[in-house]
Amino acid sequence: MSVGAPHVQGGIGQSIRRKEDARFIRGKGNYIDDVKMPGMLYLDITRSPYAHAKITAIRTERALKVPGVLAVITGKDLEAAGLAWMPTLMSDKQMVLPTDTVMYQAQEVAAVVADSRYAAADGAAAVEVDYEPLPVVTNPFKALEPGAPVIRTDRKEQSNHIWHWETGDKAGTDQLLTSSPVRVAQDLYIPRIHVSSMETCGCVAHLDSISGRFTIYMTTQAPHAIRTVLALVAGLPEQNIRVISPDIGGGFGGKVPVYPGYVLAAVAAIKTGHPVKWIEDRSENLQADSFARDYHIHAEVGATSDGKVTALKVKTLADHGYTDAAANPSKFPAGLFHIITGSYPFSKAFVEVDAAYTNKPPGGIAYRCSFRVTEAVYTIERMMDILAHRLKIDPAELRLKNFIPPEAFPYASALGWTYDSGNYAGALQKAMQIIDYAGLRREQAEKRRRGELMGIGISSFTEIVGAGPSSTFDILGIKMFDAAEVRIHPTGKVLARFGTKSQGQGHETTYAQILAEELGIPADDIRVEEGDTDTAPYGLGTYASRSTPTAGAAASMAARKIRDKAQKIAAHLLEVSPDDIEWKDYAFRVKGVPTKSKTMQEVAFAAYTNHPQGMEAGLEAVDYYDPPNMTYPFGSYICVVDIDKETGQVKVRRFVAVDDCGTIINPMIVDGQIHGGLTMGFAPALLEEIQYDENGNVRGGSFVDYLLPTAVETPRWETAKTVTPSPHHPIGAKGVGESATVGAPPAIVNAIVDALQPYGVEHIDIPVHPWKVWQILHAAESKAK
Amino acid sequence: MAAAARPVSPAASLTSAGGTLVHVRVTVNGQPVVAEVEPRTLLVHFLREVLGLTGTHIGCDTTNCGACTVHLDGKPVKSCTVLAVQTDGRDVRTVEGLEVGGKLSPIQEAFVECHGLQCGFCTPGMMMTATALLARNPNPTEDEVRDAIRGNLCRCTGYVNIVKAIQLAGQKMQTTAAGAGGKP
Repeated sequence: MSVGAPHVQGGIGQSIRRKEDARFIRGKGNYIDDVKMPGMLYLDITRSPYAHAKITAIRTERALKVPGVLAVITGKDLEAAGLAWMPTLMSDKQMVLPTDTVMYQAQEVAAVVADSRYAAADGAAAVEVDYEPLPVVTNPFKALEPGAPVIRTDRKEQSNHIWHWETGDKAGTDQLLTSSPVRVAQDLYIPRIHVSSMETCGCVAHLDSISGRFTIYMTTQAPHAIRTVLALVAGLPEQNIRVISPDIGGGFGGKVPVYPGYVLAAVAAIKTGHPVKWIEDRSENLQADSFARDYHIHAEVGATSDGKVTALKVKTLADHGYTDAAANPSKFPAGLFHIITGSYPFSKAFVEVDAAYTNKPPGGIAYRCSFRVTEAVYTIERMMDILAHRLKIDPAELRLKNFIPPEAFPYASALGWTYDSGNYAGALQKAMQIIDYAGLRREQAEKRRRGELMGIGISSFTEIVGAGPSSTFDILGIKMFDAAEVRIHPTGKVLARFGTKSQGQGHETTYAQILAEELGIPADDIRVEEGDTDTAPYGLGTYASRSTPTAGAAASMAARKIRDKAQKIAAHLLEVSPDDIEWKDYAFRVKGVPTKSKTMQEVAFAAYTNHPQGMEAGLEAVDYYDPPNMTYPFGSYICVVDIDKETGQVKVRRFVAVDDCGTIINPMIVDGQIHGGLTMGFAPALLEEIQYDENGNVRGGSFVDYLLPTAVETPRWETAKTVTPSPHHPIGAKGVGESATVGAPPAIVNAIVDALQPYGVEHIDIPVHPWKVWQILHAAESKAK
Repeated sequence: MAAAARPVSPAASLTSAGGTLVHVRVTVNGQPVVAEVEPRTLLVHFLREVLGLTGTHIGCDTTNCGACTVHLDGKPVKSCTVLAVQTDGRDVRTVEGLEVGGKLSPIQEAFVECHGLQCGFCTPGMMMTATALLARNPNPTEDEVRDAIRGNLCRCTGYVNIVKAIQLAGQKMQTTAAGAGGKP
């Protein structure tokens, strides 16, 4: 900021400190397990050791004899109330508790309610269940073979095939592929991973029997949607339901679904008349909560002989576990996977996805990404490198040759999306310059001569976030708008409420900054609230990087509505016509006489004390923002790896991330989001995977086996930005929470495959554990002998 | 000069009827407390549910995540893996004990300044581990910081700003010590 330039404390572009930190650094956050109510009971869950089995008996007598245990709930109890099954977001259904069959290991079988946490755990361990094991299917290809055991015998289809979805021009794509001089194809598997937010899921439910008021504190990223679903499914009057999402210890998509534990706590609260708390253990969270990814992909790219891409064809098998409980907008069973043409101008493309049931918990939620965008970006960015290797063109050069050029925006993709803005070459060139790409290639050539393994990988991703326009995007019919309610008090201080819910993203600060900029009121004077359905305006919540594109836009629009009214009040105070007033440099000024002005604070006071006759008092506005389009953040990442030839260990030496999320509201927060996103991209590339054996036993059901990156493995991230504002967002912002999770994995894998070029490697599936690399090196060595 | 111990009644949330109770006398954040607990009561549950000190969090059940880190006689421990009865006669410090007399500790200030936290769930444990590191090594290198916090998982920040915050806190402590005429 230059001296004397107009300024508002905490306006857009300032790295102000976060408002929410004051409570968190003192240990005074209010997370779900910190919620305490008088007379509160505790619920714990008995789970299945089998992945597929008939339940022949459940005996609760021993559990009921445990001191402190008050009740045991089984599937039969729920069936009587019509609650044994619940609907999923994707028009499938999910068991709350089984009445006769369990379909994955760690599935909920019974719930125990007790007067203490320990007694509830004792009770859950004392429930006796007899099982008759059934054949298990954990491989989706086998699940679709004729004669495979049918998992969901409750469906009339009597098949493990859930749905087929396709988009694009099949015939045109086939024709163009056939006529393309160069074709590359590859199978890629993106395994199951788990978001593992540091806080697990939980709730405290309470029904006030006198007022009929049902209150539930829960770890949810979408409190309003939960309230409406409760009203529709449980038949509770919606005005009597209050959903409170307190401080959330990380969400990343894992706190979008409704899990059986929430429903069981609600049932227990209604049954006992007491508040009931349910808190998952980490092992329960890892073994039973919804998973991400599990896409088996076959991709084929066509190109001209000089490397211009022509056509893209993708066939995918999605493993959804025993139910399709994916968290996608209703019209998109495979999410936004068809962003898969990425940053490149394919003239034809065709994508098809088939979904299968297996004996695993539900899959298909995000892992810090917008609806299957990670799967899409991973595929296209791997394929671009495979194409580059085939053509013996440098992967940077191939990308620069192909990028959709800046002047082509808004750009209509072959699969029907309209990209809002982009400068892909700008981001890649910036990353190449920061990391000294030419120098790295020289170093690599020298190292190869010495037999050392060094690789350089690029990912130039395009995301699609900010769901979304009401014409296309809904969840269970509810349109995916979001809302802001902004109220200016007489003393010029602001209370603003939103339909979203931060899980660590810093909304209390970021939204205040948008409002500071729009209203000329210091961010320190603006209080932001979210997460209580009694007070916040209706919105669809926080996931898929949608908060800034939707609720952030609503903040701007509400503030502008306020400015319209405030301008009339300012005119009244300055005794001129409203047409003679302009909003400039954070104040209402008389045109041509800028020193004659009123601040928003002065206007606010007048709105309650001296407003024009005939005008309503007060100064507030609500905006339900329906975005005209999605936003398309992008960036280019370059990763440098060194591989230890003795152990196969991959070391990320450098990682430069150039992101473009449009207008940057708080650079400090944006960088923090990118650091975290990169780490959640690094994790599945090198460490994380949930595997199942042939009996459906989960491997990776605790933090001992499921490896989250620690500070030791995590690279020293280097970040930079380009800024290409979104033309349709009120302040040009695009959303940033997930870009790095989406962009990072292919950069890392591309670097590893690049390092292994001397071994003729075209692809390695993630996670690239040392043993996978070692096997390649060892096989080559054995061959040479 | 011992203050009168604050007697604490057994928390309803932790005791089951008929269970044996054991007497524990422990100093928590400088305040002596006495309580009757079930022998199996974990320190983290004792702190959270009996004493109401909910700043210490539980993030796993296998001693991996470190969200529950507190100081036991000045050393960082994972309070999910210590029994309350093991703290008898000893000194426990939690995140709530970092701020003294309304003044934030250097590590708290530095976490805010460096944006070393996002959701805040791992933050108390992370700060307790960092405080113990800085007590024995006030000027750690980046590698030393990363190694010291390897038992504390963070899912939000990617650790970059946590590392910066811990190094900044070390500098702040040295400046304060120098300013107060203490050892540099």
